[in-house]
Amino acid sequence: MKYEVRFSGTGGQGIIRCAVLLAEAALYDGYHAAQSQVYGPESRGGSSQGEVVIKDSAIYYPKVVCPDVLLCLSQEAYNKYAADIVPGGILIVDEHFVQRTGIEAESVKVYELPIVVTAQDRLQNEMSANVVALGAIVGLTEIVSDEAIERALANNFKAKVLPGNLEAYRVGVELARAAK
Amino acid sequence: MEAVYEKYFRGNLPHIWCPGCGNGIVMSAIARALDKLGYPQDDVLFISGIGCSSRMSGYMDLNTVHTAHGRALAFATGAKVCEPRLHVFVLMGDGDAAAIGGNHFIHACRRNIDMTAIVINNSIYGMTGGQFSPLTPTGKKATTAPYGSIDRAFNLVELSRGAGATYVARADVYHAALLTNLIVEAAQHKGFSVVEAVSTCPISFGRYNDMPEPADMMMWLRDNTITVAQAAKLTDEEAADKIIIGKHFETEAVEYGEEMARLLASAKEAE
Amino acid sequence: MSEKMTNSCKGTANVQLMQGNEACAMGAIKAGASFFGGYPITPSTEIAEYIAREFPKLGRYFMQMEDEIASIGAMIGASMVGHKAFTATSGPGFSLMQELIGYAAVAEVPLVIINVMRFGPSTGLPTMPQSGDIMQARWGTHGDHSIIALSPSSVTEAYYMTIDAFNLAEKYRTPVVLLMDEKVGHLREGFDISNDPEPEIFDRVSAHEGKYVPFANTESGVPPFVALGQGERYHFTGLTHNEAGFYTSDAGKVSEFMQRICGKIEDHVDEIAQFELDAMDDAEIVIMAYGAVARSAHETVESLRNAGHKVGLLRLKTIWPFHTDKVRELCAGKKLVAMPEMNMGQLAVMAKAALGDMPFLPINQVDGRLIKPETIEKAILDKLAEMGGDR
Repeated sequence: MKYEVRFSGTGGQGIIRCAVLLAEAALYDGYHAAQSQVYGPESRGGSSQGEVVIKDSAIYYPKVVCPDVLLCLSQEAYNKYAADIVPGGILIVDEHFVQRTGIEAESVKVYELPIVVTAQDRLQNEMSANVVALGAIVGLTEIVSDEAIERALANNFKAKVLPGNLEAYRVGVELARAAK
Repeated sequence: MEAVYEKYFRGNLPHIWCPGCGNGIVMSAIARALDKLGYPQDDVLFISGIGCSSRMSGYMDLNTVHTAHGRALAFATGAKVCEPRLHVFVLMGDGDAAAIGGNHFIHACRRNIDMTAIVINNSIYGMTGGQFSPLTPTGKKATTAPYGSIDRAFNLVELSRGAGATYVARADVYHAALLTNLIVEAAQHKGFSVVEAVSTCPISFGRYNDMPEPADMMMWLRDNTITVAQAAKLTDEEAADKIIIGKHFETEAVEYGEEMARLLASAKEAE
Repeated sequence: MSEKMTNSCKGTANVQLMQGNEACAMGAIKAGASFFGGYPITPSTEIAEYIAREFPKLGRYFMQMEDEIASIGAMIGASMVGHKAFTATSGPGFSLMQELIGYAAVAEVPLVIINVMRFGPSTGLPTMPQSGDIMQARWGTHGDHSIIALSPSSVTEAYYMTIDAFNLAEKYRTPVVLLMDEKVGHLREGFDISNDPEPEIFDRVSAHEGKYVPFANTESGVPPFVALGQGERYHFTGLTHNEAGFYTSDAGKVSEFMQRICGKIEDHVDEIAQFELDAMDDAEIVIMAYGAVARSAHETVESLRNAGHKVGLLRLKTIWPFHTDKVRELCAGKKLVAMPEMNMGQLAVMAKAALGDMPFLPINQVDGRLIKPETIEKAILDKLAEMGGDR
């Protein structure tokens, strides 16, 4: 079993953190995981891409080749990566930021979700959009367990902001289940 | 006095310095200062850069390091931070400290780390045969300034003060007793201290600037130096061409090593 | 051993997601490093940040210097007074350090320089990989000398290899360079050393008989090191020096000195150079690789094996000293040796010299991306076809 996930968007959206959380959760569930990224010189703005390879045996080449799941939180990210998705794979885009042009394969299952707006309106915290997106991915794929994600969140966020992130994750999972 | 010299010198003569060179006077001033300070030789770390004057580290019977051109202060910083008990003296030439090592110099001043920098300023790159340095006075001749230097010179005292050194003094090899006393004071000062020792290089500086004999250069120092107190009575214009000697500046500021110790103590406590 | 190349800790209770750079910093702490002098530079900065956070708690010294020249200068000063000193940098900073790497080599001052290699030359592509500093690590400073350089392929190996780097620096009184690909430095994968045996930590030898001779020509070529300020008043210089540490230009002494400082490393290449062999026993085709590219190469081996080709992996964990004899011996009689590198063929120069007339295929990719397993596979199959072999 090998599963490739790519997260893409704009610098400052927490894209790489999102990839880190998934990779960590995969380890907790007993998989091998490798997380890497490509980023520009900007700390904020510019394009950002994080990726995770999850496998039940040792991972040598650590990069994503054709993602089974692609998340796009910006138009630029969609334009750059959507064509790479494996046939029958999953594309998740933020419906407010991405206008699809059909570059993804026809067999790709597409989910257009209000990720950023949900973080803004329902959670009153735009910063948690990445964790909402993570919830959506896990909700759709069930690639890792909720317990593993919760452990990863607890390991990555200070106690003060942990409840907000756990909530963001649950909201993301709900978004996905509603769209399924 | 002989005893003082012998104790601090390794005796591995001959040295490389030319007749009339001021480096030996500075070396004797340092030996006398160490004697007055009473530091055990084993507790003194003497670090030099590259150039004629920096060969001094090889001649002195201390813990000595002859580093690379301009880098003496960088070496000294790492050593002093790790071994605060050592008394650290850093000897540099004018090109060494103010040109190639200029960045390390200003940052050592800024950190205010407890050590004494002695800059032998002979207004020239002597070892390479007489090229102008950032401390060569404008208009003076050098092999790379055959028509007179068009560069403006640093005033090392003002540079040191501006960069954050907390003790700044200048003396010259004509006033060797003053030089000794200022080195003692600088070493006793807690923080980064700078002593500029204006020196003579009849071979590579004097020769091109109408002072070919060692005595010419000594008379130039005798006739062109004024004390800080004397300078205070003059206008800037009147003092412009004078070499102002004495203690220029002393203040107290947080010393880097003490801050490091405080940081380590508080980090350990927070654990 | 093979497990070190990847995360060896699937599903273990203490598994952590760890970044290569962080693992390096942890390794340095484990090795007993007590001074870090550095200057911020992508993609190595996480190491400085980790050390800035952890060193004070341990009573060790972190300094952010004014540039990389000051960083290595301060490291040398710290090492001279008895501390294990290191830095983390990348191409442009590594370039600035070259002068004093030569100083450390000639004054025999132990140091560890972690160079998280980024795409060059010049500013290049700061966040992207290139194994572009292989030859710079060997010959970047002027004058003849020897050097030790290692290259890790995984996060776990970054940890252990950093410890090795310190041990080698202390043992041979020399600067050691850890040439870590950006792809390894920024990679996060599983890390769990909780069940591993305690690594050996080597501290410089100060013991000596009789009067201390700071640069004595000992049997091993490595003189004992008494820290400055411990009662032996002696002299360090970057000038060519005699056993007492003072300048000499005597032809015999100079020659003896050069033979010693190069020989103390080159003569111990058997001890220093580490390899990892995978599927080499029956291999007809060898892929020789190091760093991040070795991971791609491993997948190529698997895939070509599945297609019926007898392929093996020869992974170079030690880059310098390059063990020419060993490489020749391991590759003797093989049909083809392929060498993928993220550069224009830097270490291939050494491999070619070792292999002589043997069929050799350098595979070079310099586009800021990690070479893919398929790229290596295709190049090998094309070459085999060209050589008239079956495919």
